[in-house]
Amino acid sequence: MMNKERRAFIKQSGIGVLACLGAASGLIPAWSLEKTSLPAWDEKPVPGKIRWGMLIDTRKCIEGCQQCIAQCHHEHNVPDFSNSKEEIKWIWKSSYNKVFPTASQQFQSENITGQHYLALCNHCADSPCTRACPTEATFKRWDGIVAMDYHRCIGCRFCMAACPYGSRSFNWQDPRTGIKDPSTAYPTRELGVVEKCNFCSDRLVKGLLPACVEACPQKVMTFGDLNDPKSEIRTLLESNATMQRRPELGTRPSVFYIIQ
Amino acid sequence: MIEKALKGNRNYWIWITCLLLVILSGISAYSRQRWFGLTVTGMGRDVSWGLYIAQFTFLVGVAASAVMVVLPYYLHNVKAFGKIVIIGEFLAVSATLMCLLFILADMGRPDRVLNVMLFPSPHSMVFWDVLVLNGYFIINLVSGWTVLGAERKGVPAPTWVKPVIYLSIPWAISIHTVTAFLYAGLPGRHLWLTAVLAPRFLASAFAAGTSLLILISLILKKTTGFDAGSEARQKLAMLATYAGVTNFFLIGTEFFTAFYSNIPGHLQSLQYLFFGLHGYSQLVPWMWFSLITGLGSVVILLLPGLRASTKWLATASAGLVLSIWIDKGVGLILGGFVPSPLEEIVEYSPTITEISITFGIWAIGILLLTVLLKVAVGVKESAQC
Repeated sequence: MMNKERRAFIKQSGIGVLACLGAASGLIPAWSLEKTSLPAWDEKPVPGKIRWGMLIDTRKCIEGCQQCIAQCHHEHNVPDFSNSKEEIKWIWKSSYNKVFPTASQQFQSENITGQHYLALCNHCADSPCTRACPTEATFKRWDGIVAMDYHRCIGCRFCMAACPYGSRSFNWQDPRTGIKDPSTAYPTRELGVVEKCNFCSDRLVKGLLPACVEACPQKVMTFGDLNDPKSEIRTLLESNATMQRRPELGTRPSVFYIIQ
Repeated sequence: MIEKALKGNRNYWIWITCLLLVILSGISAYSRQRWFGLTVTGMGRDVSWGLYIAQFTFLVGVAASAVMVVLPYYLHNVKAFGKIVIIGEFLAVSATLMCLLFILADMGRPDRVLNVMLFPSPHSMVFWDVLVLNGYFIINLVSGWTVLGAERKGVPAPTWVKPVIYLSIPWAISIHTVTAFLYAGLPGRHLWLTAVLAPRFLASAFAAGTSLLILISLILKKTTGFDAGSEARQKLAMLATYAGVTNFFLIGTEFFTAFYSNIPGHLQSLQYLFFGLHGYSQLVPWMWFSLITGLGSVVILLLPGLRASTKWLATASAGLVLSIWIDKGVGLILGGFVPSPLEEIVEYSPTITEISITFGIWAIGILLLTVLLKVAVGVKESAQC
């Protein structure tokens, strides 16, 4: 009889102590066993307050230079299968008529039509891919970034059909076999899910600029908050003639280009 | 009732065995796809959907066409459809099952399929499609089975089944409309970005589906002696004719808008399909074959003398099914990806693995249809005795 009561007492007080510790670690972060620090989230994120964007000054871009692409693809463990059918790309270079198919093509200067232009996910303000996704595996973040949840993606490839910029790639085979020099900066993906540029949300949270922006020797790209009128990107947008890819589709891309 | 499917003659069992063999080869091909990924298919970054999604699109139409017998029989009391209505409902059940299996076969991560229900996203057309397809499957199975069960016992069908049958009518329209909306709302895919896509889907579905019903009823007459009636087939032929005419009219309007406006985006996919684009013309013979066969079949069906002969009726029905299968099951999906958003022209051809899986899924559908129709014919025969 005594024994039973004692056992119940020890059990209950044990649970009580655990509960107190749990509550305390929630209330006093220093006491928690698992530390999480999110410096970029010191303030609670307000949806729509920030809209990350990029301006690409193609006048400064060196033909044939691949440094931004190499850096991005290395850092994010983007596989390379040397096979155009199963190619996975986050950022790439392509000809004028392919990057800007609906822009004026006739009698353009050779300097413009002959150059290759950087293309990446536009992180559209009205993104057709997030609309098409049946599981919210691709979704719009509070800061305008179109993000991917690789653990939720069912691989239906609806977002690929919906994206008018060809910015999305599917893992037709195990991506890990195509990574020659793995990086620890970003997790690898699995077979059967879609992936794309994440505007380096993994670096932004650490207070760093996107990998491509940092890797460029010519400082071709300007990255910043499109919602902040005083930001460098907004100043440049106001003082230059710029264009977006296929603006007629109403997707409102967050990537802008200076052509000439 | 299911015991009726377990008794059959030699031919019945040979047929079942053949289907099971095709299913087995499909399963083995699918295990290969699961192991290596969708790399074993002909799809790629530019043509990211292929045979599976195309079959799915065609079969949603077949499923929806059950409404062409259900509506006249239950709403307008067209007695001639009394025997064929169950064939229509069971065809819809089998076609819907195939649709769901084709979606599953196309998924990169089929193990996560329930995510569609766990994270419901009303802004996504896939969510609605999964909802209406599953609903349609249940509605048709329940209503067909219940009415048949009552017939077996020689009692009138329970009253609750009537509203379910009525519900199946708008539901049939909804499955194909939602399927069209999967494609018709995507910016930058000009072949699909057209308001007539849903009407065209319905017209082609009603033409191909009713033709398929005519063929199935003829096969049943030959193999089991169960005759749905020549009057029913003639009525169906009329429905197929006008649905076919509407379909070709709508295709014509697509051509006018694209070629008269001369806007490259609208033009290029049709050019690719029917005339070839920048030297790529893999699908041109298919599309012309589809167009000529379809129009020829409609002409045969329009002529009363030819339509009355079983031989011509069967030929025209088969022609219409084949024509629309190519139009929807080959041209529409593949054409939508040419040129790609990056202005690439990539031609797609399915692999053996992909074709085996496709045949396997068709065999599963046909097996289900065989079993359901075996039960239906068994019940109808013993009810007559």
